[in-house]
Amino acid sequence: MPNHLINPNNWIKAYSDYLFNYTITRVNDRVIAQDLVSETFLAGLKSMKNFKGEASERTWLISILKRKIIDHYRKINSKKGKAEVRMSYNTGNEDEGDWMEERIADPFDKTAQDTMENSELGDAIYDCLAKLPEKQAEVFKMKTILNYETETICNELDITASNLWVIIHRARTALAECMKENWF
Amino acid sequence: MSKLKISCREANHVCDKNQYREATFWEKVKLNIHLIYCGICRKYSAKNNKLSKLFKTSNVEAMDYKSKEKLKSAFDRELAKHQ
Repeated sequence: MPNHLINPNNWIKAYSDYLFNYTITRVNDRVIAQDLVSETFLAGLKSMKNFKGEASERTWLISILKRKIIDHYRKINSKKGKAEVRMSYNTGNEDEGDWMEERIADPFDKTAQDTMENSELGDAIYDCLAKLPEKQAEVFKMKTILNYETETICNELDITASNLWVIIHRARTALAECMKENWF
Repeated sequence: MSKLKISCREANHVCDKNQYREATFWEKVKLNIHLIYCGICRKYSAKNNKLSKLFKTSNVEAMDYKSKEKLKSAFDRELAKHQ
C-alpha cells in the first residue's frame, strides 16, 4: 500500500520554488537552475509510474533533480576538457615574505559551517512556507524573497495594496510562529 | 498628542511596511511611540524583525513570477499529453 500519492497537477505551485532554491545553491546560475528544474518536472512526469509512494513527492523529485545536477556538471566538465590546477607559491616580488601558513585555510573562518546552517535554514523556511495557504505563500515570496515592488505584485495578482498588506501580515505572523520552535 | 497615538492595528501595519523599508519617517516615529507603552506590539515587532533577519541570512531564492508562469504552461502542455 503506497503511503504517498502522486499528483502532478500541483507540482509547479507546490515545489518549483523549493527545487529552484535547492538548485541555485548548487549551480549558481538562475537560467541553468530554471532549466534543471523544468527538466526535473518533465522527467518526473515521464517516470511517474515508477513512483512507489515510499517517499514523499518532494523527496522523489529532489532525487531526480540531484541526478540532473550531476549530469549538468558532467556535461560542462567534458566541454572544458580536463580540469587544470595550477599553483605557484612565489609569483611576484610583492608576495615575498608571505608565509605558507597564511595560505592555508583558517580554522576560525567558519564559512563552510555558515553555509551549512544557511541551507538548513533555507529548508526550514520552505517547510514553513509550504504550510501557508497558497496565496499567502505566493504573495509573501514575491515580496520578501524576490523583492518585487508592492505595485508590481498588485498588478500581477490583481489585488489591492491594502489586500496585499493584510496577506503579508498573516503570512508573517504564521511564519514567525512556525519558525519559532527552532530558529528564534 | 492624539496625532501621535495610533492603534495596535496601525502599529502592526507600519511595522510590516518597515520590514520592506516602506514606512515613512512619521510612521516610524508614531510606531516607536506606540511601542513605548504597548507590550503586545513590542513583542510582535521583535518577532517581525527577527523574521526579516532570518530571511536575510538564509539567502533563500525563489523562481521569478514570469519564469514560473512559463514553466507552468509548458508543463501543463506535457501533462495534457499524459492524461
